Amino acid sequence: MASLNINGKEYQLDVPDQMPLLWVIRDVLGLKGTKFGCGKAQCGACTVHLDGVAIRSCTTPVSGAIGEITTIEAIGNDPIGQRLQKAWLDLGVPQCGFCQSGQIMNAVSLLRQNPAPGRDEIIHAMSGNLCRCGTYNRIIAAIQRA
Amino acid sequence: MESGPKDRLQIANVSRRRFLTGLAGAAALVIAARWDLVETAEKRKYGAEGMPGGYTDNPNVFIHIDPDGTVTVVNHRSEMGQGIRTSNAMVIADELGADWDRVRVKQAEGDHSVYGNQYTEASRSMRQWFDPLRRAGAAARQMLEQAAADRWQVRLSEVKTGVHEVWHEQSGRKLGFGELAEAARTLEVPDPASLILREDHELRFIGRESGLINGVLETSRPKAIDGEGIVSGTAVYGADVPFDNPLYAVIARPPVYGAELGRFHESDALNVPGVLKVVRIEGAGLPAAFNPLGGLAVVATNTWAAMQGRKALKIHWDYGPAEDNRSYTSSAYREILEARAQIPGEVIRKEGNFSKAMEGAHQRISATYYMPHLAQTPMEPPVATARVQKGNAEIWAPTQNPQATRTKVAERLGLDVTNVTVNVTLLGGAFGRKAKPDFAIEAAAIAQWFEGRPVTLQWTREDDLQHGYYQTVSLDHLEAGLDERGRATAWLHRSLSPSTMSLLKADFEHKSKVEQGMGFNTTPFDIPAILLENPPATAHVRIGWIRSVYNLPHAWAIQSFAHELAIAAGKDHRAFLLEMLGEDRKISNRSVGDTYNYDEDPAIYFIDTGRIRGVIDRVAAESGWGKEMPRGRGLGLAFHHSFGSYAAVVFDVEVSEGGSLTIHRADIAFDCGPQANPERIRSQLEGACIMGIGVALLNEVSFENGVAQQDNFDRYRIPRMNNAPREIRIHLVENPDEPMGGVGEPGLPPVAPALVNAIYAATGKRIRRLPVGDQLKG
Repeated sequence: MASLNINGKEYQLDVPDQMPLLWVIRDVLGLKGTKFGCGKAQCGACTVHLDGVAIRSCTTPVSGAIGEITTIEAIGNDPIGQRLQKAWLDLGVPQCGFCQSGQIMNAVSLLRQNPAPGRDEIIHAMSGNLCRCGTYNRIIAAIQRA
Repeated sequence: MESGPKDRLQIANVSRRRFLTGLAGAAALVIAARWDLVETAEKRKYGAEGMPGGYTDNPNVFIHIDPDGTVTVVNHRSEMGQGIRTSNAMVIADELGADWDRVRVKQAEGDHSVYGNQYTEASRSMRQWFDPLRRAGAAARQMLEQAAADRWQVRLSEVKTGVHEVWHEQSGRKLGFGELAEAARTLEVPDPASLILREDHELRFIGRESGLINGVLETSRPKAIDGEGIVSGTAVYGADVPFDNPLYAVIARPPVYGAELGRFHESDALNVPGVLKVVRIEGAGLPAAFNPLGGLAVVATNTWAAMQGRKALKIHWDYGPAEDNRSYTSSAYREILEARAQIPGEVIRKEGNFSKAMEGAHQRISATYYMPHLAQTPMEPPVATARVQKGNAEIWAPTQNPQATRTKVAERLGLDVTNVTVNVTLLGGAFGRKAKPDFAIEAAAIAQWFEGRPVTLQWTREDDLQHGYYQTVSLDHLEAGLDERGRATAWLHRSLSPSTMSLLKADFEHKSKVEQGMGFNTTPFDIPAILLENPPATAHVRIGWIRSVYNLPHAWAIQSFAHELAIAAGKDHRAFLLEMLGEDRKISNRSVGDTYNYDEDPAIYFIDTGRIRGVIDRVAAESGWGKEMPRGRGLGLAFHHSFGSYAAVVFDVEVSEGGSLTIHRADIAFDCGPQANPERIRSQLEGACIMGIGVALLNEVSFENGVAQQDNFDRYRIPRMNNAPREIRIHLVENPDEPMGGVGEPGLPPVAPALVNAIYAATGKRIRRLPVGDQLKG
């Protein structure tokens, strides 16, 4: 039995302790904005927040997800999230878009810790998030604009 | 240009912003041109017309207008990041006169009898559908105008269309699209010959620059159709369709291509909580074509349980049928290719006498280039959901090829094709991987055990890298002779790579005509003696294709070697390239043995060396080619033409004493003829730049005893943000009167050689084996 707080809602779920948070979010709760890309914290597509900080949900067991979890579906309620979403659209960042929820979640976490990151700081913070379409330069521009 | 069949001539006219075929003189010309073609026995169809399923330009198929004025555009091409859902809707909305805020897009099911060809590959969506979709938009507009004219009892010529409304010039009366929708729907679709396309100055979206242009944000553009869904997590990809009570599955597949399922204990998996069933998936033997590889599916109540169940299985594989493939080891295979490259192969193209020209040469140069297998690794691994119910199957899949998916699923389940529905979700990247319907067939094969219940088959990243349709491995051996003045007089290119045709015919060891036409027999240089050969190469894995396909190794080898020749000749690389290209001329693809030509009409699409020179000149000017560079820093150049488009790239790189590489800037000049959506052309070229950097520096799938040695992004490395150039500058060449070229792929081939040439300029070190990897260290 796991207790979870996701996007402000409390859930009591009958799932194994070691089940990764990603699959609880996707398959049990049906929140499909958080993506599966690699399953071993190599790509960042599954990024969510635990108490406001970016974590990889594919390698976080549900038993370790103690605190407030936020997913992409609720990040528009956050002023930083909102600004980033707008910058993403203004600059036409997404191509296929599959990695972008993870990218935005990671960027929100970055801006929360560092409201005006320089280019190198952005690269340092964001290099764990892969994008196969190659939108990196626009992501950097969008974070700087947000 | 005058000798194209009717349809293509119209495209040429569209690009010149003329009436389609509204003038008697123009119509007469078209008819004359058509007769001319019949005379020359040129009966093959080209473009969208030549594709399976052909095309339709019927507005009733693509455009629905509701009484409330909402315009719904049906998009029949797969969206995989190229922006086609937005761009197609823009083309229609522009011709129609629709208000963008009132335009919606509905994704078509897979059905070519209704929508025409839907296979989204070869950079053909806009290239082949620009004209039919404009015609559909114009026809719908004309039907609205006719409905208004009927209502007002006035002549059609007195009626005009504004934004989302039709008005009568003299009286000032107006009616909205919604008010006219019902009446317009009952009218006959106008004859395509009677359509008048919008003049250039009337266009609001087509060809208009907007968005982020080399770091500067221009005017706002039409909002991307899927933008808000993507940034808020509501966009629906392959695994995101909501279902009641779904099941989830993964499959254990044979580790070596052709191996078969042996002994196993299904209870090992069934003991894992959440696992419901283990299902045997039949393979199709060798070669596998587009069928599943076979194996054992584990079905569970959630994806993780299915993965755990698979992990618990101890399967003994039968390697008997795969004995030959089990000896496939990449390092040894490279040696085989190297040995074969020393022996003459099948002659693909021959001009002049190569041996004689070499004898007379002042300098003789040779080099061999290697490009390993690559994996597409879209961020969304293959995934599909199937539901089989009462003799019907429904599929939800991120597929580039909904029609093949439909046919193959029907075949597998023994159903009539009309009993199979294929819903195309957004594709979380594809790059050629999702052109193959194997994963949807797998989902269907599992779902037939669970009547009425949707089953989502998920590929893991390990599955994707270990059981892929890999881009071919390639070895290219080149030799050339230079005369006393450093001019190339002889050129030999022996190119070896397993063919994608080996998927269908196991002993197919030569490049197909399609593969030859991808930058091999189309080599554009004006050299007196040219000899192109293709020695055999055997496939031991499934050879699929990645973005730009065989253009990738061909461009890498040719553009690297051309640079080596320039250095041997003591000439500036750009000047040397222009010298080898010779006089501006349009080379007929047929004249060099290329019967593919990206399925375009050889009377319209040529190898245009003037356009090659155009992109080289442009990229040279923009990048400051020829400027003095500090020590350890250099510029590298390469060009390539493919899919009807022309691209040239210059990289500015720096390599430290310790061998670490900094990419300061990439400049890309691109000429695709008319530009439908320049903003998305730029984004595609930026993406091609990043992907090409991966090809040059990082990507490699290698095999040991038939098993892929890479299984996730820690070992199969693709570019991360820290690999991106500080700046990517895109330079679109205005060439609206040329035939439209593709966009998604043609930017990619010149990227890797330009980068490797820049590394040489910075360090004097020549890389001939990709990826660069650690070769710059020490």
